[in-house]
Amino acid sequence: MRHAPPNTARPALDPEKITARHSVLQAAQPDPDAPLLDRLRSGDELAFMILVERYRPTMLRLAAGYVPNHAIAEEVVQDAWLGFLHGLSRFEERSSVRTWLFRILINRARSAGVRERRTTAISDMAAAVDAARFDSGGSWLAPPEPWTELVDDRLTAEKMAEAVKLAMVDLPVRQREVVTLRDIEGLSSEEVCGVLDISEANQRVLLHRGRSRLRQRLESEFGRA
Amino acid sequence: MRMRWPARHSLVCQQAVELVTDYLEDALSRADRRRFEKHLANCRGCTEYLVQIRATIAITGRVTPDDLTDEMRTEFADLYRHWQHERDLGERG
Repeated sequence: MRHAPPNTARPALDPEKITARHSVLQAAQPDPDAPLLDRLRSGDELAFMILVERYRPTMLRLAAGYVPNHAIAEEVVQDAWLGFLHGLSRFEERSSVRTWLFRILINRARSAGVRERRTTAISDMAAAVDAARFDSGGSWLAPPEPWTELVDDRLTAEKMAEAVKLAMVDLPVRQREVVTLRDIEGLSSEEVCGVLDISEANQRVLLHRGRSRLRQRLESEFGRA
Repeated sequence: MRMRWPARHSLVCQQAVELVTDYLEDALSRADRRRFEKHLANCRGCTEYLVQIRATIAITGRVTPDDLTDEMRTEFADLYRHWQHERDLGERG
């Protein structure tokens, strides 16, 4: 991971524009990061490190969906943090800190990456469950194999989380974005729409496909056949 | 992509599984919601499916972020100091 040069050639995003466009998208709950803003502005390095620890992994995961390798993803993330710091004085807290941060990241990743185009709508249209598991009338031939009772076992639950983490990598980028932001990061659907600039309906389709695939992976790995 | 079917028609399993997210997101019309719940009340497979989707969401929420290495921590601290330094110069200038 290298440092972006101080005067990066890429035109800086205007964070004002970002927040103004989504000014109606207030976070449903009080922003847990808001108290860090003043500390950040007054030069508290610890406050910055807290934010970095909190959001860098998610940012890296999001960036990885757009760029060809890990090193470039790291650069995009660092670039986004720089953009975040530079926009700090103009950030007016009309969106949550993380919504704003993730938006900067997605914008930078999109301009740095080419992979987005590869994701077709088709991968987002696949059925939640393989059609072969239903009869011609649409009733279950092969109903879901139970596995959820295993969640109570802490070790198994950890293995399941690990399996989900791996399965996330195989999701189409847009599904991964939505699932990451909603189910790992805990953003509201409104926030996710704001970050990704997509409609509520579109968000639900992507969430549906993403969760369906993760469920399938868990069933395949942990269901009793 | 929401499936449509005639209003009085009852759901089949293959349709029900496609409505799970809209159901959990509270995005179904009242009529569709009733149809969905009615189907689930009589269908063990789809009930299990819903349970599994809920469990999947819970497990995804347990996915832990990767920790920063010491090296990265230093680099990010540098990034911040560098920004601060530039900003202070800007304010004085």
